[in-house]
Amino acid sequence: MTNAFLEISNGEKLSREQIPHLSFNDFQENALDIIKNGGKVVQYFGYQDDLSMKFLAVLRTDKLFVAGCDAPDSYPSFSKICEPFHMFEREIAEQFGIRPEGHPWLKMVRYHPSYREDMPDVFGNDYNKDIPGNYDYYQVDGDEIHEVAVGPVHAGVIEPGHFRFNCIGERVLHLEIQLGYQHRGVENLFLNAEAKRLPILAENIAGDTTIGHSLCMAQAVESLTSTTPDKGAQIIRTIALELERLANHIGDLGALSGDVAFLPPANYFGRIRGDFLNLSLLLCGNRFGKGLVRPGGVRFSLADDIRKTLDERIKELKPQVEHVLDLLFSASTVRARFEDCGIVSNYDAQQLGLVGPAGRASGIPYDVRRSFPTEHYGQIDIPENKKPSGDVYARARVRYDEVLQSLNIIQSLIDTPVETHCVDDINYDLAFFSFVVTVNEAWRGEVSHAILTDKDGKILRYKVKDPSFHNWNGLAMSLRDTGISDFPLNNKSFNLSYCGFDL
Amino acid sequence: MLNTLKNRFEQGHRTCNYPNEKPAVFARYRGKPIIKKDVSSDIVEACAKACPQDAIDIGQKKIDMGRCVFCGTCERIFKGAFITFTDDFEISTSKKEHLLTDGDLPALAEHSKQHFKKLFGRSLQLRQVSAGGCNACEADLNVLATPFFDLARFGINFVASPRHADGMVVTGPVSRNMKAALLTTHEAIAEPKVVIAVGSCTITGGPFSGSPEITEGLDTILPVDLFIPGCPPHPLTNLHALLTFFK
Repeated sequence: MTNAFLEISNGEKLSREQIPHLSFNDFQENALDIIKNGGKVVQYFGYQDDLSMKFLAVLRTDKLFVAGCDAPDSYPSFSKICEPFHMFEREIAEQFGIRPEGHPWLKMVRYHPSYREDMPDVFGNDYNKDIPGNYDYYQVDGDEIHEVAVGPVHAGVIEPGHFRFNCIGERVLHLEIQLGYQHRGVENLFLNAEAKRLPILAENIAGDTTIGHSLCMAQAVESLTSTTPDKGAQIIRTIALELERLANHIGDLGALSGDVAFLPPANYFGRIRGDFLNLSLLLCGNRFGKGLVRPGGVRFSLADDIRKTLDERIKELKPQVEHVLDLLFSASTVRARFEDCGIVSNYDAQQLGLVGPAGRASGIPYDVRRSFPTEHYGQIDIPENKKPSGDVYARARVRYDEVLQSLNIIQSLIDTPVETHCVDDINYDLAFFSFVVTVNEAWRGEVSHAILTDKDGKILRYKVKDPSFHNWNGLAMSLRDTGISDFPLNNKSFNLSYCGFDL
Repeated sequence: MLNTLKNRFEQGHRTCNYPNEKPAVFARYRGKPIIKKDVSSDIVEACAKACPQDAIDIGQKKIDMGRCVFCGTCERIFKGAFITFTDDFEISTSKKEHLLTDGDLPALAEHSKQHFKKLFGRSLQLRQVSAGGCNACEADLNVLATPFFDLARFGINFVASPRHADGMVVTGPVSRNMKAALLTTHEAIAEPKVVIAVGSCTITGGPFSGSPEITEGLDTILPVDLFIPGCPPHPLTNLHALLTFFK
């Protein structure tokens, strides 16, 4: 059937006049129609334009669609009918005080005052109290029910967040996750930032996804300035994104091994992860890839000496990685702990809109590199990495496959010389009254940035979405009816970003 | 079993010999800056203008490593005419003002508090609090536990409870939402205690400077004993700071 949403491509510059501006009812009807037929939400956010409040949604099937509407002061919640809107509606309520009536679970996302001072706070919070957990958590009633509260300060060297378990004995009936402790106001910092600060902000949304977020920012700016990075820059960016994937996946597999008390792979992968971080440093001087990606290209070339060292190091590391993968996955004790632990069914994963390895582990094949390829991915054959079982084993196994694929991708790209003209000047004027949305497959899944500019070319709205925004509810779901002692294992199998979510 | 042994044999011994030998870092790494003071003020001004972190003091011809994210913009735009970054990762200081540097840093060992060395030189237990930030600093503190760095061989560990800790390592720009938890953790650590600020966010607000949601400088709310600059600091920078300040 025809839909009032406009089909667009990844990173396509649109004049804002081209975006269908629907009546709220049409917007609702068409958006729900796409999602009910298996579509997913890429972006759904509010913005203020000349003091009037508007909504904009980017949805995906095997294509991308966009439309907007005037925002009412309150509206019947879409989440009641289509679960994938759940987090987005809460975010809009928090940022702009617009209430989705009948929302199944309307609570704050990050705990900050509304951007609109004229609207009363939807949650009735007093933001002079500096604690997001200052809130009545969901409770299960019963004589034998007990609660376990963890965080925001955790036992390890990790980011802050609060986890509230409702248990009967060892069995978790429900896990509620409250984040927001890392909230730095990133989206609003983009609004008034000078051009030179944009890359720095993008790199620091989530340090472990530096390249993923940097690519989204750079592609968006390139689109709005009608520039295209040269082929060499696209190859270098692809290598950098795969190095990021390798370091994180390998680190996760090591951590999973540690959580089932099989220490050799934990230690080996811990060290090997560092070797891959050092390859990012080889390329750009920073272990997390900070400083590499800039609008227009990259700041560092893949000179032949660097390419040679990279090739030698990968050749040396590849057999080690393969052997440790074999050690981990052939251990029956590891299999026994990974299998059937923390299952998220395909149905639940679809409802929650899980993305990335977490989605693929529950049988959702979506991978931006296949569906909406950017950079050099159009030339690379990425297999469909979905797994059927939805358990810790599946989430680990997706990483296993992707580690080997990433190694091959990098090896094939550094086979021949790569030439690029390095970018250092980062002054630019953005197209006025325009819109762009970019998506990339970072190691956790779909990262997306969207920019709206005003009639002077100033950024009116900068919207960031980390894959963790979709996936935290997947972790909560995996814990249902699971032993509480399996929380660390499940948590590692998702390894989600707090700062990427909190912004 | 055979597989386990085979892997163990292949992995071999991986721990670096720091501080006896400095491990080599790849050439593009940007560590301690060298500043050429005889450069024209035009170039200094142009570098300051291009710096995304506004970390360059034009009048004094200095760079504030507490603001700097070591992106290397100032080095690249004039091919190092004013600032070049070396591979020297030993860049931590005991005073915030020392981070505003012309390339000379006071020797950290001489500035460390001698009673800290006496108290914690043989055993230092640290509680880490992540308070905002991007998780890169946390990641590069975490790797200190991996075999290459093996922090525990120096008697230094990260512990799970502030009650077990001699001090606190803080990362991130202390978001509003983490401030109360950070201060409570600090309070829970027994005196005498140390506070270590890791990363440009923690030291000055870093990339998030200007946001109403953060604190611009941990030292504005707590006394800080050791400043480890970087975005994030290299693990060897962290290791150098901990060993030099406490051992």
